[in-house]
Amino acid sequence: MDFIIPAILTIATAATPLIFAAIGELIVEKSGTLNLGVEGMMIMGAMAGFATAIATNSVILAMLAAMFAGAFMALVFGFLTLTLLANQVATGLAITIFGLGLSALIGHSYVGITFDGLSKGIPLLQEIPLIGQLLFGHDIMVYMSFGLVFLSYIFLTKTKAGLILRAVGTNHDAAHSLGYSVIKIRYMAVIFGGAMAGLGGAYLSIAYTPMWMEGMTSGRGWIALALVVFATWKPWRALVGAYIFGGITIIQLNIQGFGVNIPAQYLSMLPYLATILVLVIISRDKILVKMNAPACLGKAFHPNS
Amino acid sequence: MILKLEPRGEISKNMLYLTPIFAVILTFISGGIFFAIMGAEPMNALYIFFIQPMTNSYGISELLIKAMPITLCAIGLSIGFKANIWNIGAEGQLVLGAITSGAVALAFYDVETPFLIPLMIVAGIIGGGLWAAIPAFLKIKFNANEILVSLMLTYVATLLLSLLVHGALRDPDGFNFPESRMFHDSALLPIIWDGTGLHIGALILIFIIITIWILLSRHIIGFQIRVVGMAPRAAGFAGFNQNKIIWFVLLVGGGMAGLAGMFEVAGPYGQLVPSIPQGYGFTAIIVAFLGRLHPIGILLAGLLMSLTYLGGEAAQIALNMPSAITGVFQGMLLFYLLAFDVLIKFRLRFNNPFSIFRGK
Amino acid sequence: MISQIPLLELQAISKKYPGCLANDNIDLKIMHGEIHALLGENGAGKSTLVKYIYGVIKADSGCLLWNGEKTNIISPNFARNLGIGMVFQHFSLFDAMNVVENIALGMENSSSLAELAPQIVNISKKYGLPLEPYHLVHDLSVGERQRIEIIRCLLQQPKLLIMDEPTSVLTPSEVKQLFITLNRLRDEGCSILYISHKLEEIKQICQNAAILRGGKLVGSCDPRQETAKSMAEMMIGKDLITPKKSKINKLSPEPNLLINDLTIMSDQQFGTDLHAINLGVHGGEIIGIAGVAGNGQMELMQVLSGEMLCPSPEIIMINNHPVGLLPPDQRRKLGAAFTPEERLGHGAVPSMSLHENTLLSAISAKNLLQNGFINMAKAGKYARNIIDKFNVRASNIDSNAESLSGGNLQKFIVGREIMQKPDVFIVSQPTWGVDAGAVAAIHQAIINLANNGAAILIISHELDELFTICDRIAVMAAGRLSSVMDVGNISVEEIGLLMGGVDNKIGHSI
Repeated sequence: MDFIIPAILTIATAATPLIFAAIGELIVEKSGTLNLGVEGMMIMGAMAGFATAIATNSVILAMLAAMFAGAFMALVFGFLTLTLLANQVATGLAITIFGLGLSALIGHSYVGITFDGLSKGIPLLQEIPLIGQLLFGHDIMVYMSFGLVFLSYIFLTKTKAGLILRAVGTNHDAAHSLGYSVIKIRYMAVIFGGAMAGLGGAYLSIAYTPMWMEGMTSGRGWIALALVVFATWKPWRALVGAYIFGGITIIQLNIQGFGVNIPAQYLSMLPYLATILVLVIISRDKILVKMNAPACLGKAFHPNS
Repeated sequence: MILKLEPRGEISKNMLYLTPIFAVILTFISGGIFFAIMGAEPMNALYIFFIQPMTNSYGISELLIKAMPITLCAIGLSIGFKANIWNIGAEGQLVLGAITSGAVALAFYDVETPFLIPLMIVAGIIGGGLWAAIPAFLKIKFNANEILVSLMLTYVATLLLSLLVHGALRDPDGFNFPESRMFHDSALLPIIWDGTGLHIGALILIFIIITIWILLSRHIIGFQIRVVGMAPRAAGFAGFNQNKIIWFVLLVGGGMAGLAGMFEVAGPYGQLVPSIPQGYGFTAIIVAFLGRLHPIGILLAGLLMSLTYLGGEAAQIALNMPSAITGVFQGMLLFYLLAFDVLIKFRLRFNNPFSIFRGK
Repeated sequence: MISQIPLLELQAISKKYPGCLANDNIDLKIMHGEIHALLGENGAGKSTLVKYIYGVIKADSGCLLWNGEKTNIISPNFARNLGIGMVFQHFSLFDAMNVVENIALGMENSSSLAELAPQIVNISKKYGLPLEPYHLVHDLSVGERQRIEIIRCLLQQPKLLIMDEPTSVLTPSEVKQLFITLNRLRDEGCSILYISHKLEEIKQICQNAAILRGGKLVGSCDPRQETAKSMAEMMIGKDLITPKKSKINKLSPEPNLLINDLTIMSDQQFGTDLHAINLGVHGGEIIGIAGVAGNGQMELMQVLSGEMLCPSPEIIMINNHPVGLLPPDQRRKLGAAFTPEERLGHGAVPSMSLHENTLLSAISAKNLLQNGFINMAKAGKYARNIIDKFNVRASNIDSNAESLSGGNLQKFIVGREIMQKPDVFIVSQPTWGVDAGAVAAIHQAIINLANNGAAILIISHELDELFTICDRIAVMAAGRLSSVMDVGNISVEEIGLLMGGVDNKIGHSI
């Protein structure tokens, strides 16, 4: 029994960065925009967050800096794809390549420095037997991720603004003729998505493994993209998906502790193979994907006035 | 933010070929600014990054050697991009090609035969092709997104290589270092420029460029690929088999990347090591765009991009900057190119302030 | 009570697009409580003008007076606040959302969805526009979708309602119901700007008409005092040449195209399944398939062209060959040709030249390949021939398909197929969105092809078109096909009833 609670706590830490990035991208895709630059925005967030944490020792400032860095990258993406109508796939890839390069460049001098990490647990409450650790033993960003899922669910299903966002993603021409500013709404969604990806990245560098390492996102941005498909564009399902991935990551880390002797590389492949597997499972149901995918996803919008 | 786009009606051929040049120039300028921010003297740094690597025969041969795998991958990818198939896992396919051709070389370790190189070429192409067949199969059969599948497989391929050089293919006399034996001479590509590492792959590459060029511009398959990419419903109307096209572009793309992997192991490396993936497969994406998806353009872009690698190394040595600066330059170049692309289909008008935020 | 100041007055509105002057110095007055027609052909500038009134686009010059006061309508929101509502021709609806959500999106500061639903029910009862608030849009018929748009406007108590080609997608009985609603609105003092090219309708319900041609206002009249012919002349500018079939052709003994008991599920998400369709088309005759859009015509077209395959080969026979499992190019080799409804992106690749676009369908008929390599010279010559024979206005064979006007591109596409001299020609919406000159040319080309012994099947939403050129007509409703009736023996009303899917026994009895 002793290892179960720590294991669940670690699953949460592995899932949390994915939740931030996936929910951000989910909102972006709901607006009809496909930003494949999540990996690049995450790594910039990780870099900015870590650098700020070291410089100021303030977790809040670190989070803000990470959100700003991710949002800035997203703004570049938005300018290219929304204003200049560049190809969204290519631009997303450029964001990733650029982000990985720039973060490595800036982060060069931070290699080897460590940071205390986020404090865990809510005082007193976490002392409650059995459920105390489980419910109240996490760091603040884990709770924030749950809040984000809840708020994005409310936003998308219960508010007029969410309705408008979905409308823009479903049929941008109709939204335009009703007088909504498709471009402006997409800009806001894209910037929000960038900020969340940045926050997810920061979680990696200030909480999950509190240090900086070149390319430390190691594909999590891409996994977050896959999670959005897995979730069929529904926030709660993205949460579940992220925890499944968190679980896989933890199995990978712990399986050798149970005396199973297989090369580490096989285990490291697990999250990537699992991503392919869930993609296949969800995508094979074409109707399900079509019913839920925003109809204008990835299509450029130019008002023909 | 005071620009307004006005459709030209037809695409501008001039802009199609001028914009890559604009992008390169602007990258130089921003690069200079960037170096200045990093505390280096801009002109000197640009010289070290872009010119110095080409000032001697060693540098030029290195430039060509690096350009080969990049260009090969990019040509393969460009065929897919034309068909709107976004294989971004060339890196993984390159690694697989390296593994399969390397395994062949190691299997015939003590056999001296002129057939070994052709055999390794075939093995490399098959290895890369098979790795690309996975996203093709999953896309056709299960509608799974090829972008994510091919990318995930890149991580898997890198781990697979690591697994093999730690295990099955490790040099038995190598003191447990994670690398294979050095290949025998007959498993190395013949050198065509004495005193450098430039190998016969360069000739193979030129042959491939010409073949692909003819295939794409004159053969019906090239036309079918473009129709599938531009207007899939029109392809259906014409009766072109889209699944066949998906198979074709992914297998060819994977095969090219696999061949690039073979060039790496049978060329500069001469053995299997974990550091074979150098990011060429990702760089190739930029090269494909910069070269306008045209084989000749891709060759030129491949040479330029090879230069950014050498420049990155030179900057590391001479300016003490991290080699990651290569990625920054590559990303910037692609940004500028994508930004300028708008000029092909649109004219810019600067008369209407804030119009983009009005959604009109 | 009725004020003498016009509700809306336009003064000298001009709007230029690259390459065309869409509106040239247009004046227009709409009085309180009138239904005012805006009449004109496709491309006459009607849509541009109403988009300006609704604030979607800006004019280059001219001004707008609302109740006598100069007003600058900067956005659709502004227009709605003034009291202008608009029902678009291509509805501005969101398929994956329900009726209430759709209506809320078109309203300023709407109340909550829960409060909105009963309001919708009230209005729908009051104006005879039945609508369920929580149904998803994609499950609704075209008529129901239009009701959403109308109710969306009515909830804001508009003073001016703009309707863009409202009847083009409705069955005759739905049109009747719509007119009752519109008259009722007018009686309550609402003005309506009614855009159409259908003259009979305008005579029925409009008190005033402004006629546009080539971007200019060419006349105005009281439609009740005019004949359809006199208005048509104003609209088109010259006497209309109507294509006529010169003779009754001798039919081939065997049908060139035969459909045997075709039943198939649609592969589209919101598609229509086809049920037990039987049809034979003989060489020398033109058969029309009438029906409201979305009743299975798209699926039928795809099954016939081979873009969707049948369960077994004998279901479709072309020149006596079972082709149900063959792809389109194989069917062409057996003598068939097709023209799909959508020009850009389906019948032609928008960003390819006319030259290259010949390769989509003419490869085998015109022998454009040698060992798999394209004979570009031959393809270019064929493109040139089409342009000359069909009088396609294009600068040259290297012009991109998307740079041509709708009518010219359609002439090119139809020409590309007809010049292959097919035995079977299947065409969907041959003249949709095409100017009158091109319509006549396309109709004449189709008739000539039939006179030369080809079997022709036309799928169209335009009853006028079918009655003009077909020998026999069948009606498609809910994926079923009525039996085929001689044009001489059936009235528009009967067809209308069949289109509503009321009963296909009428069809069987003939």
